Amino acid sequence: MNYSIAFRTIVVKEVFRFIRIWPQTLLPPAITTALYFLIFGKLIGDRIGTISGASYMDYIVPGIILMSVINHSYANVVSSFYSTKFQRNIEELLVAPIPNWVILGGYVSGGIVRGLLVGVVVTLISLLFTDIQVNNIAVTLSIAVLTAAVFSLAGFINAILAESFDDISIIPNFVLTPLSYLGGVFYSVDMLPGIWQNISMGNPILYMVNAFRYGLIGVTDIDIQLTFIITGGFIVTLTLFSLYLLYKGIGIKN
Amino acid sequence: MNALSLRNLKKTYNNGFEALKGIDLDVEAGDFFALLGPNGAGKSTAIGIISSLVNATSGSVSIFGHDLKHDLAKAKSCIGLVPQEVNFNQFDTVKSILLNQAGYYGTPRKLALQRAEYCLKQMDLWDKRDTVSRRLSGGMKRRVMIARALVHSPKLLILDEPTAGVDIEIRRSMWQMMQEVNEQGTTIILTTHYLEEAESLCRNIAIINHGRIVENSDMAGLLARLHVEHFVLDLAHPVAAAPVIEGCQIELMSDKSLNVAIPKEHGLNKLFSQLTAQNIEVISLKNKTNRLEQLFMDLIDSNPKYSKPSGDNE
Repeated sequence: MNYSIAFRTIVVKEVFRFIRIWPQTLLPPAITTALYFLIFGKLIGDRIGTISGASYMDYIVPGIILMSVINHSYANVVSSFYSTKFQRNIEELLVAPIPNWVILGGYVSGGIVRGLLVGVVVTLISLLFTDIQVNNIAVTLSIAVLTAAVFSLAGFINAILAESFDDISIIPNFVLTPLSYLGGVFYSVDMLPGIWQNISMGNPILYMVNAFRYGLIGVTDIDIQLTFIITGGFIVTLTLFSLYLLYKGIGIKN
Repeated sequence: MNALSLRNLKKTYNNGFEALKGIDLDVEAGDFFALLGPNGAGKSTAIGIISSLVNATSGSVSIFGHDLKHDLAKAKSCIGLVPQEVNFNQFDTVKSILLNQAGYYGTPRKLALQRAEYCLKQMDLWDKRDTVSRRLSGGMKRRVMIARALVHSPKLLILDEPTAGVDIEIRRSMWQMMQEVNEQGTTIILTTHYLEEAESLCRNIAIINHGRIVENSDMAGLLARLHVEHFVLDLAHPVAAAPVIEGCQIELMSDKSLNVAIPKEHGLNKLFSQLTAQNIEVISLKNKTNRLEQLFMDLIDSNPKYSKPSGDNE
């Protein structure tokens, strides 16, 4: 059987889904981040000065872009796959001769596309406030794609294990948002007191934000190679766990 | 060749409920097969296992010779499922529901468009192809599910109570459609609570109760076992009491109608003669219950009022 057709069908379905509801999926990040740039970058940032040689506005732009990528890649998969479960149209996929890796790949690809598209929207908004010269396009794009993949996979697992709509809002509200805000989006980890620096090093988003910041403006608190290792490790682990859940039918089969 | 073979199929849910206690079943290719049973008997569990929605505890499932454990993709490719409840994305248009389904089965886009058009026209839904599915009536949603199940040309179509909740006109048009699909070579397994539906459509039947197959035979043979039939007779003139006729049980339902239980060997002609002799004129009669319904209740109650033939069916 030609699995590429099934894969393409899932990806196209996913992309059309979030484009169809663009006022819920693409417009809010544009407005929210415009306010971030205006308030934190422009009004407050002008009084903060520079961090690692970059203006505060330039410093926070990469973090805000990546935070949007994280939130929206996660949100896309968790809401879409959970709705699929809730409406029971997941049965269409389970009855069809589609291998689990194609189902996973299709949903994760949909999450990556939305994450990157939102990233582009936020980048365009940021250009209204500052002029960004990309330092390393390869690092920038690869970190964006890998980060979107990590959080799409995490969203997929959340959706599989969720038993109610509450369950799909707990992780974004109580885990993802705090980790993003504490992941060096608005500050350098060097600005934290000793113990908090060490605690922050346990936050994977810190590595992703810094690597992405390095790609865009050439400023980072951590080793870029370490980011690739950590991100790659997360992708492999989360992929294997997702496939295990699908194989066992946990959360989706009786 | 068998379209479906189940061998010692068992399912015990996590809460300890034993839904299937080791069922064996064969459905021949091309058959129109009824799988009946009361609520909670294990029908939906069996269908869930066959269509990969439920994990079996043990036993084997083979679909057109493809084992569900070892040849999953080929086995799944043979199946089209119409579930009990609407389970398509209600925000999608009718056409996109079918195109997505065709895509999941690896159907190229051009062919998928042709198949979608054919199936929607067959279900009389072509005019609704661009309608968002949540705006459809209940009957139309049922037909969308049948069209969706047919879009990849399955060899085995499983219909799990496809006509539940639809009006009689739509139900009859769906019966006609199901017969056409079967005549085109698709094997159909039907579960339904409308026993009239099973009796008029299906050639073979299995009845499942408490997780076991309690009956598995051809429909004609099963109906032939019915020893006593129940009729309601409408009378031309009122009577004061139920007439007494040896061998028959007759109750007075009203002064102008009788409820008659008559053994097959007694015969209606003899009954009418006996009634006429008592100056009772019958103007019409009807079966009190559907014949299959009578047998079904007998089997489910484990109190058979029919006699199993020792040799060939009558």
